[in-house]
Amino acid sequence: MTILDIERRPEVAAASEASRRRLDEIWKTPPGIAGFLSTVDHKQIGIRYIITAFAFLILGGIEALIMRVQLGRPEQQLLTPEQYDQLFSTHGMTMIFLYALPVLSGFSNYLWPLLLGARDMAFPRLNAFSYWIYVAAGIFMYAGFAIGAGPNDGWFNYVPYASRQFNPGMNMDFYALGMIFLGISTSAGAANFIVTVFRTRAPGMSINRLPIMIWGTLTASAANLLVVPAVSLAFFLLWMDRQFGTHFFDVSQGGQPLLWQHLFWIFGHPWVYAIVLPAMGMVSDGLPVFCRRPLVGYTPVALSTVATMVLGFGVWVHHMFATGMPNLALSFFSGASIVIAVPSAVAVFAWLATIWSGRPVVTTAFLFFASMIVLFVIGGVSGFMTGSVPVDWQLTDTYFVVAHLHYVLIGINLFPVAGAIYYWFPKFTGRMLDEELGRWNFWTMFIGFNIAFLPMHLTGLWGMPRRVYTYPDGMGWDWLNLITSVGSFLFAFGILLLLINVVKSRRDGRLAGPNPWDASTLEWSVPSPPPPYNFAVIPHIVSRHPLWEQQLQESDARSSLDTGYLLDHGRETIATTSLDSDIDLILKMPEDSYAPFLLTVAVSALFVGLLLHWWWLAAVGGFATVGAIMIWLWPERDLGQTADAGHG
Amino acid sequence: MVEVALGRPRVPVGSIRRRGVGWWGVMMLITTEASLFVYLLFSFYYFALQTPGEFLPRHPPSLSLSLPNTAILLLSSFAVWWGDVGVRRGRQRQLVVGLAIALLLGIAFVTIQLFEWRQQSFTLRSSEYGSLFFTITGFHMAHVVAGLLILVSLLVWSALGYFAGRRSAPILIGGVYWHFVDAVWLVVFFTFYLTPYLR
Ligand code: HEM
Repeated sequence: MTILDIERRPEVAAASEASRRRLDEIWKTPPGIAGFLSTVDHKQIGIRYIITAFAFLILGGIEALIMRVQLGRPEQQLLTPEQYDQLFSTHGMTMIFLYALPVLSGFSNYLWPLLLGARDMAFPRLNAFSYWIYVAAGIFMYAGFAIGAGPNDGWFNYVPYASRQFNPGMNMDFYALGMIFLGISTSAGAANFIVTVFRTRAPGMSINRLPIMIWGTLTASAANLLVVPAVSLAFFLLWMDRQFGTHFFDVSQGGQPLLWQHLFWIFGHPWVYAIVLPAMGMVSDGLPVFCRRPLVGYTPVALSTVATMVLGFGVWVHHMFATGMPNLALSFFSGASIVIAVPSAVAVFAWLATIWSGRPVVTTAFLFFASMIVLFVIGGVSGFMTGSVPVDWQLTDTYFVVAHLHYVLIGINLFPVAGAIYYWFPKFTGRMLDEELGRWNFWTMFIGFNIAFLPMHLTGLWGMPRRVYTYPDGMGWDWLNLITSVGSFLFAFGILLLLINVVKSRRDGRLAGPNPWDASTLEWSVPSPPPPYNFAVIPHIVSRHPLWEQQLQESDARSSLDTGYLLDHGRETIATTSLDSDIDLILKMPEDSYAPFLLTVAVSALFVGLLLHWWWLAAVGGFATVGAIMIWLWPERDLGQTADAGHG
Repeated sequence: MVEVALGRPRVPVGSIRRRGVGWWGVMMLITTEASLFVYLLFSFYYFALQTPGEFLPRHPPSLSLSLPNTAILLLSSFAVWWGDVGVRRGRQRQLVVGLAIALLLGIAFVTIQLFEWRQQSFTLRSSEYGSLFFTITGFHMAHVVAGLLILVSLLVWSALGYFAGRRSAPILIGGVYWHFVDAVWLVVFFTFYLTPYLR
């Protein structure tokens, strides 16, 4: 039993071999299946998030390619209309919900404690739980697709098409319950990020020294905490309408179909920022490393990150310009949609200025980060166009919108993510990715993407509607569609090269060492891959670039990286005050635990029961959920939660 | 070149009232749950404004049970607070008694609310008003039940002597959740039981 006290002076020491061995003993996860199911290590969870998200990216990509084969030539009969509906809806659902946010959560999960100088997230078990729920919800949603009952009404699922009367199968029930299920994971993860950043930063890392990526994920998390309930509620009300005969959305009984759109877009627009802001943050942190200088305009970029989200709350209605609303409301929301271009422009100019005034080292990661700026500008301009009401009336529901959304999502999510893999893979695995293969990888993706999606703007301007399973000959769209299909396959081949590079380099890539890029932030101060406890001593930070203090000579003060708080009485890390990061408390961290996994099994049983109307199963799942939560929260002496751990 | 000097202040260890992470965790939970209720009420008022004909039922929910029931819920919040004061001052007994009273009052609230549901002239399916009424009060009920489960756990743990003095974060955390559930009731109560009189 460890000795606990109500108060203590934390030991300060230099990291030594002996203390490292001790910490390793305290923090390591057992190998094998036991460790797999019980680990709460944020690094393992982060990697799992990334791998799972990529599995979904591949599934969504295969769906996309099937669609592109169908659309390659006019009047193809490869797919029936119903199959096409399910494919584009499932593709949208997969990319938006199961790939785009989780992949960023994966990077954040892995990197946050390392960037912040902590030994884990604020709630390690909750972290494991949000991962397991994500997997379970993903399987749940795909189970519908597998039995031919995938969503078939687009990812935003408008009523009345989604009502039982017009959509009698189980498709919508899978989707509705699945989204509520997934919402649990998103909310839990968001709460964890927020508390982590406000409580577990290393001493001295005041709020103006945070990497931009932290600002991005923090903003996204705050938004998710506020808006995920809107979409969960919308889907819940839909499910009630479908299963219990309530009247929320059916017009004939006094329902309000537009309520669906409000609830959905209150969520949906902030969500779109949530899946790009952390990725923009990764670029803001990664790009300067390859320009050999700090980011130009740290403060404006950090502020514009937050401002984008605040404005994002005001623009949800722009998705509904075509629904017939009062003119004043239209003008207001149109204004907001256009104003939002301002903070985005701040980030773009900051990146350009960083490249311009730096000495760029052109690596694959640099190429991905820099090309993102180009794609961002194209996506931004086409978004700006649909932000103006009259133009939107012309273009809504055409391929122009499909082109725009792929520029935004692939440009500001997938390209930065690919860059981030090249940048952080050495930290994850201790090995470098192959740079030569990397060039092939980048150029195939970049060229393939633009061949596929640039002509698509024209397809839209020439009037091709989105979400049609085929089109007649002689509309002038055939050659454009053929080009798009060819480009799509090239792009997909590019992603395949990325995967090949990862698999190959994992085995025999060049050894990386702790800081192969000579980067400036804390994660590069620890070995690659980092030990289970991250930091042998908790560092003390005096600047934004702890590893560049020598070069930059911004001041005389130096961060202390090798000497710091030892904290080795069991799993411990330091809690600091929210703004200034003064030492405040010693946090006792939980051991590995099966509770998150078991709770996920219980919640899954509950959802399956609800789906199939097996009320007994729902009841069993419900009781098991309550039981598992109680066991999880049972006060523990070793976490300093009970009186016998010293009180007063 | 100056390396920073590290201070070695005496700091608390483990979970201490508001300074642990648990307090922050429950604040996050409350934030997201409060948003949920905002959207529920948004839906209600959206319907109230957009419905062309008569939106309220002929017999809106009455105050005869709901008003005393509101008082019961507020009293139970007070009991939790009183128990918390007890544990901070080292009075174990006061904590256990406070939680027990709060639990009983909470159970009374649920029981009375079930009667109140049965009195209504409308059902979940009879009209859009009925759908809203039962869904929103139902959501609140589910939160009360969750709160009761929390109170039961806290009661058991307190009876086992787990908490004393500053080592009592779970009481603070569970307690603030219970206050939150009560505060939400006030808004729900205003929306369904009082607004019909405001016209
Ligand atoms: C190989 C890459 C991709 C190809 C070829 C592709 C192709 C397509 C096609 C053909 C559609 C349906 C258009 C329609 O009929 O209206 C579509 C829709 C969509 N795609 Fe992709 N896509 C790709 C990657 C992505 C990625 C990476 C994302 C997000 C991160 C994404 C998000 C979406 C969304 C949200 C929709 C709208 C679904 C809906 O209409 O409900 N796509 N895509």
